[in-house]
Amino acid sequence: MSTELDSPRTLTAARGRAAQRGLTTRQAVSDRAFRVALLGATLLFVALIAGLFVELVHGSWESIVTFGAGFLWSSEWNPVTNHFGALPFIYGTVVSSAIAIVIAGVVGISAAVFLAEFAPAVVARPVSFFIELLAAVPSVVFGLWGLFVLAPILSQTVEPFLQRYLGFLPLFSGPIYGVGLFTAGLLLALMIVPTVAAIARDLIQAVPNELREASIALGATRWETATRVVLPSARAGIVGACVLALGRALGETIAATMVIGNRPAISASLFAPGYTLSSVIANEFTEATSSIYLSALLELGLILFVVSVVVNGGARVLMWSMLRSLGRRP
Amino acid sequence: MIQRAIDGRVTSAATAVKVRVSHLDVYYGSNHAVRDASLDIEENQVTALIGPSGCGKSTFIRAINRLHDLTPSARVSGKVELDDVDIYSRGVDPIVMRRRVGMVFQRPNPFPMSIYDNVAYGPRVNGERDASRIAGLVEDSLRHAALWDEVKDRLSESGVALSGGQQQRLCIARVLSLRPEVILMDEPASALDPIATVKIEELIAELRERYTVVIVTHSMAQAGRVSDRTAFFLNGSIVEAGPTNQIFTRPKDRRTEDYITGRFG
Ligand SMILES: Nc1ncnc2c1ncn2[C@@H]1O[C@H](COP(=O)(O)OP(=O)(O)OP(=O)(O)O)[C@@H](O)[C@H]1O
Ligand SMILES: [Mg+2]
Repeated sequence: MSTELDSPRTLTAARGRAAQRGLTTRQAVSDRAFRVALLGATLLFVALIAGLFVELVHGSWESIVTFGAGFLWSSEWNPVTNHFGALPFIYGTVVSSAIAIVIAGVVGISAAVFLAEFAPAVVARPVSFFIELLAAVPSVVFGLWGLFVLAPILSQTVEPFLQRYLGFLPLFSGPIYGVGLFTAGLLLALMIVPTVAAIARDLIQAVPNELREASIALGATRWETATRVVLPSARAGIVGACVLALGRALGETIAATMVIGNRPAISASLFAPGYTLSSVIANEFTEATSSIYLSALLELGLILFVVSVVVNGGARVLMWSMLRSLGRRP
Repeated sequence: MIQRAIDGRVTSAATAVKVRVSHLDVYYGSNHAVRDASLDIEENQVTALIGPSGCGKSTFIRAINRLHDLTPSARVSGKVELDDVDIYSRGVDPIVMRRRVGMVFQRPNPFPMSIYDNVAYGPRVNGERDASRIAGLVEDSLRHAALWDEVKDRLSESGVALSGGQQQRLCIARVLSLRPEVILMDEPASALDPIATVKIEELIAELRERYTVVIVTHSMAQAGRVSDRTAFFLNGSIVEAGPTNQIFTRPKDRRTEDYITGRFG
């Protein structure tokens, strides 16, 4: 991860060194060829993304024309009457991802601070290994586990408990099904926690040791050093890591589909079933018989695509700016 | 006031030993970086540590405020007495001890926070809550570090945005905010240009009046300008220590003389 983030700096530095040494012609040529190749690869990716976007707009054009902007805030989803609106799916996606990122953020950042600042190597290494292993588990396995293990536990113990003490809030009221927004959010949290923890740990380790030493030498404890100096120095990057993880949660399809209940409804309760943009596309794509139905599904895809690109792009910029600001120190 | 000690040496009665290092050994794993080093550091004096690169000066100075506690591979043995109390003994809390022994590092390392918060950091982590007292400490420390006039109108700007020399004076102010008794400096001017270096040296001369200063330097000229006493390190051992002008003009050890006259190092 960090090498990927480092590469732009490394490149500039390498170029600077090459310039100092005085380039021979052969070096100059290979240097230029390398730059052209890089530029080509970059342009290829830009073209791919632009092409995808154009294709999605083209495919959803019928729906865009028919429903207009109202598509975004209509909650009707009726293949029989051919009336389509995206709101329940947007709601389900946003709420389940929000639950996921809040939980994964708190847990992941705490784990990262522990691993990078406090845990001795004999603990940090195996724990890091398992966290990274967690990221490699296929999402359908997470889905199965969520459906057969997590959902029963939540519906029998956790959700009734929350309802008993927080039931006066609409969020925790209403019937308990086991599957629903809360279960989906928790499962998504588990799936993205490795992303937050691993990247945040790398970023925390990238904070120069001199800052820790300065803080310790001023009579701060290691805890004060971690929370007041190290974490703030890595703040922008860690926010970026969270946003990146959020992007994963927003787009996660199969696991969410298996535990969210797949009902296109908006309910105040987190225990109620919901539906996400990606789930409905995956579930109904094969049965979309009319062209307007298919077009509406593609428009859902377009919404998801735009949100994901913006979220991921923002995440990269944040992480980059952190590493750059640390690198600028003389 | 001058008095004659029992052994006949002339010493000033005003000087007392502030830090007494006895038989200090520091290892990094199996690397024996400081070997049986003993040195008396006198109060209100500037003591310079000189010697070739890699001879253990930084390792030595970092043992004086237990910074090696942070390095898992480092092992320290021997005694470092601050006012006659061994800082490595059981009853000593390193956190409390470090308030009395400040450290300025080779590369300026301001925290990525405002100038004000940089200086206020020490008092805050040490339990100072009173905002007006903190403000007073910040102003005093910045004035004393000869930085106040340059930054008084932009205290809320980031400390990282200052020039290298200003950053280093900010780091000195940060140390002064705790009113330490001993200030350790590890090549504080080596990353700075000549003008910034002069400012730091002037500052050190002033600090001597209130603090005990230990400075590591690569520059013989700098050691000559700022220090009262000098210790010469070689391969982890202290070869010779004494008043700076004696070390520079009449070194007792051949190796010291070779180093001073630039024959090696
Ligand atoms: N963190 C560390 N881990 C392992 N070995 C170290 C560490 N720091 C220093 N050393 C080793 O200890 C020895 C003394 O290093 P030290 O930094 O104290 O020298 P120095 O006199 O300060 O040198 P310089 O003038 O170049 O700063 C060297 O051999 C060095 O390689
Ligand atoms: Mg050194």
